[in-house]
Amino acid sequence: MMATNVTTPEIIRRHSLATRLLHWINALCVFLVLMSGLQIFNADPRLYWGQFGASPDTALLVVGAHGFPHWATIPSYQWLSAGRRWHFFFAWLLVLNSFLYLLFSFISGHVRRDLLPTRAEIAPRHIARDLWNHLRLRFPRGEAAKRYNVLQKLAYFGVIFMLAPLILATGLTMSPGIDAACPWLLTLFGGRQSARTIHFTAAMLVALFILVHLLMVMLAGPWNEVRSMITGRYVIPSVKPK
Amino acid sequence: MKRYIWTRRQMLLRGSAAFGALMLGGCDRLSQSPSFQRVLSSAERLTYRAQRLLIGQSLAREFTEADLSPVFRSNGTFDPNNQVYNGLRANHFEDWRLKIRGLVGRPLELSLAAIREMPSRTQITRHDCVEGWSAIGKWTGVPLGNILNMAQLNPEARFIVLYCADELERGDGGYYESIDLIDAFHPQTLLAFALNDKPLAIANGAPLRLRVERQLGYKQAKYLMRIEAVSGLDTIGQGKGGYWEDRGYEWYAGI
Repeated sequence: MMATNVTTPEIIRRHSLATRLLHWINALCVFLVLMSGLQIFNADPRLYWGQFGASPDTALLVVGAHGFPHWATIPSYQWLSAGRRWHFFFAWLLVLNSFLYLLFSFISGHVRRDLLPTRAEIAPRHIARDLWNHLRLRFPRGEAAKRYNVLQKLAYFGVIFMLAPLILATGLTMSPGIDAACPWLLTLFGGRQSARTIHFTAAMLVALFILVHLLMVMLAGPWNEVRSMITGRYVIPSVKPK
Repeated sequence: MKRYIWTRRQMLLRGSAAFGALMLGGCDRLSQSPSFQRVLSSAERLTYRAQRLLIGQSLAREFTEADLSPVFRSNGTFDPNNQVYNGLRANHFEDWRLKIRGLVGRPLELSLAAIREMPSRTQITRHDCVEGWSAIGKWTGVPLGNILNMAQLNPEARFIVLYCADELERGDGGYYESIDLIDAFHPQTLLAFALNDKPLAIANGAPLRLRVERQLGYKQAKYLMRIEAVSGLDTIGQGKGGYWEDRGYEWYAGI
């Protein structure tokens, strides 16, 4: 009997139902807006800075002659009007989903309890140690694995409270209708073309986040991680590595 | 035997790759499905209502001379180059008349000289192409609302349709656009005859073009020939309210 006690893994309820549901709706929307966004970008694959910017003007960045490869866009061939329909539909859904997530996360205490780094955690020494452990692929085990580590917190916090609002605001700044209602957006971002450049850059940072996020899931034990986001059950890795 | 057994990690990786390929293929199929496109298009109505609620009669930002684009680029048609247009152009548009028809009490025919003599408005605004670029230009023209008041709009008029002299493809029936009465009577909505203090160039829509400043470039119809007040858009063109709208673009181009 002693033996079974030792080997029985500890299972916790890692993610609430709301987090899990909203996570998957979010994942779908983010993939679709990113890829339809690249379709829209490809219609003029140049970035400018300032109030105006067009082919006779100096570009900040030119992405090839035709922009991103077609496997990265929705639809998978040049079709701007369809790309725009995908983009705006799922952008609305994403905004609605994010609103529900924020509402739930603030009320339930998810933000304060799980996402906000503690004072001790943001000490440079602590962050450096966590970073070093991650680079050596040594992930938290036992008691420490029950909470998000500080790198996770900073990444999630940065995407949710910095990149996402920035993308929404710069996206709206590209709308001539919204610019008439909120000209301060143009002042804030230095013009529609600057807003387009920031929108694109922030979206690329989200793509980078997704890449690292998926890599971490693979490295930390994909089965356990993915299951915890579907059923909520998460097996705490034992303190001693096997 | 062992190589036939996938580890969980391999399963996840290969599963994700297969899922990704399926999803991309699926997105293309869905892009071609009219019923799914109708679902996606529901976002346009939401955007239209939300923006109408939010923007009211607010003005598009007006810039200064220092903000002007060095070159105001053209797009779409650069030169209509058809018999009717070339005839009008040969005579410096002296025989050109803007016809105002449809649900109006007083149909009008206005010469370019008559339009130039009407009270005008000059504004430096930003032109946003659906492709993503922007150019800033200085437009001079007559507020469309003034001309509609002269023509005495009937109460059942809901939209203003603008017919142009250019075809993007031979035999396409000609470029056309339409706007609602909120935009038609907006103080910055002009029938413009000058760009950057010079008569409109052919590439920019001579002799007269629309400026509807809170919407994208394809709404800014060039080479205007005829304006019609209508109660609905269903029977015009392919029924979507504009050349590009008939080809899948949004009728409300405020985003």
